[in-house]
Amino acid sequence: MGYTLNFSAVWRNFDFLLSGLMLSLGLAVISILIGAAIGLVLAFALTSKKRLAAAPAQLYVTVLRNLPILVLVLFAYFALPQLGFRLDKIKSFVLVLSIYSGAYLAEVFRAGLLSIPKGLTEAGLAIGLTSMQIRTSIIAPLMVRNVLPSLSSTVISLFKDTSLAAAIAVPELTFAARKINVESFRVIETWMITSALYVVTCFLIAALMRFVERRLALPR
Amino acid sequence: MSHSFFDQLWIARYVIMSGLGMSVSISLLAILAGSVLGVFVGMALVYGGVALRLVVRAYTDIIRGTPVLVLVLASYYVSSAVGINLGPFAAGVLALAIFCSSHVGEIVRGALQAIPRGQTEAAKAIGLTFAQTFTSVLWPQAMRQFLPAWVNTAAEMVKASTLLSVIGVAELLLRTQEIISRNFLSLQFYFLAGALYFIVNYGIERFGKYVERKTALPS
Repeated sequence: MGYTLNFSAVWRNFDFLLSGLMLSLGLAVISILIGAAIGLVLAFALTSKKRLAAAPAQLYVTVLRNLPILVLVLFAYFALPQLGFRLDKIKSFVLVLSIYSGAYLAEVFRAGLLSIPKGLTEAGLAIGLTSMQIRTSIIAPLMVRNVLPSLSSTVISLFKDTSLAAAIAVPELTFAARKINVESFRVIETWMITSALYVVTCFLIAALMRFVERRLALPR
Repeated sequence: MSHSFFDQLWIARYVIMSGLGMSVSISLLAILAGSVLGVFVGMALVYGGVALRLVVRAYTDIIRGTPVLVLVLASYYVSSAVGINLGPFAAGVLALAIFCSSHVGEIVRGALQAIPRGQTEAAKAIGLTFAQTFTSVLWPQAMRQFLPAWVNTAAEMVKASTLLSVIGVAELLLRTQEIISRNFLSLQFYFLAGALYFIVNYGIERFGKYVERKTALPS
């Protein structure tokens, strides 16, 4: 094959790629934090004995987990304005990714809640804590430690979903890469570097999560 | 031209059905090709020598660290840049199959590693070759873990098939966008597309749960 790799066009635009990566990370961090709050509430609802709490939460999780996120992204940006709900590109994407991550994180947290021994709740009740206090100061902190390994892979997968913001022209990493690809025609180089940036970022997220996991590990 | 949703739906019925058919075909092709490749990936990760394991580990880590949309775009643009003109459909299916192979590879690895080592040793002791051990001792047991996860991967593939709309494959989502560009009923038709994807995926999910119950060890 007569193709010689020439990265100069990509290096010239490397700042553009990096600012795209920063936006991807920003989108991921904000959405996942909001999603974690949604997920935590849903997880308590899912494990609740009250059907009135569990059924709507189950419906939320089932519906969102079975929809392609690209459909949600397009729906929020192009269809919601018809209902008089107009958001700019970034806000509408953050809204979608938050709601979507809520469903995935709910499942992760639910598994964590089920692994907490019942005795802890009883002990909390015995020393006179309210059930809300038991949740926030005993169960949730322990549950988060338990779920860190599966939380890590969910977070990485949600970070990768930020690439879909390119479909509504949010200038994140994938969008930046497409632009450089089209302008420079250095196709192979562009996608090699873009993929490498994603892989390295995912690797760093995984390493960070493992570090947190070690720091928070309960002494055995 | 009438702008009632049901009139527009009637006009668009064949377009929607062909889009849905396309989405299902893409998913089926990708999961078949990806599973065949993925079983080899998983076996290489468990039984391969050091060099093979390293290469395959790098392959799965790179694929799993890259967003599917990037795989789809890269496959489409790179294949035409190196002069292999795959066209959007084949390039897209290739990207999804590669994505699927890394998922299936990890599922197979997990399933095989969960089998106690004693099984392999016992098979050796009664004189089975590796191929015999694999096909009649290890794989049947690995299937129990593999099948439910594999069915879930199928649902992932249906969801990922929407990404082929970005490179112009006329699957359900692109068809929906075309319909909306004619009648501007974005709310109704995106809702319809969402409902169709939900029905397909929910069906697959229920089937996965059923397989899980069927293959569970009696307790």
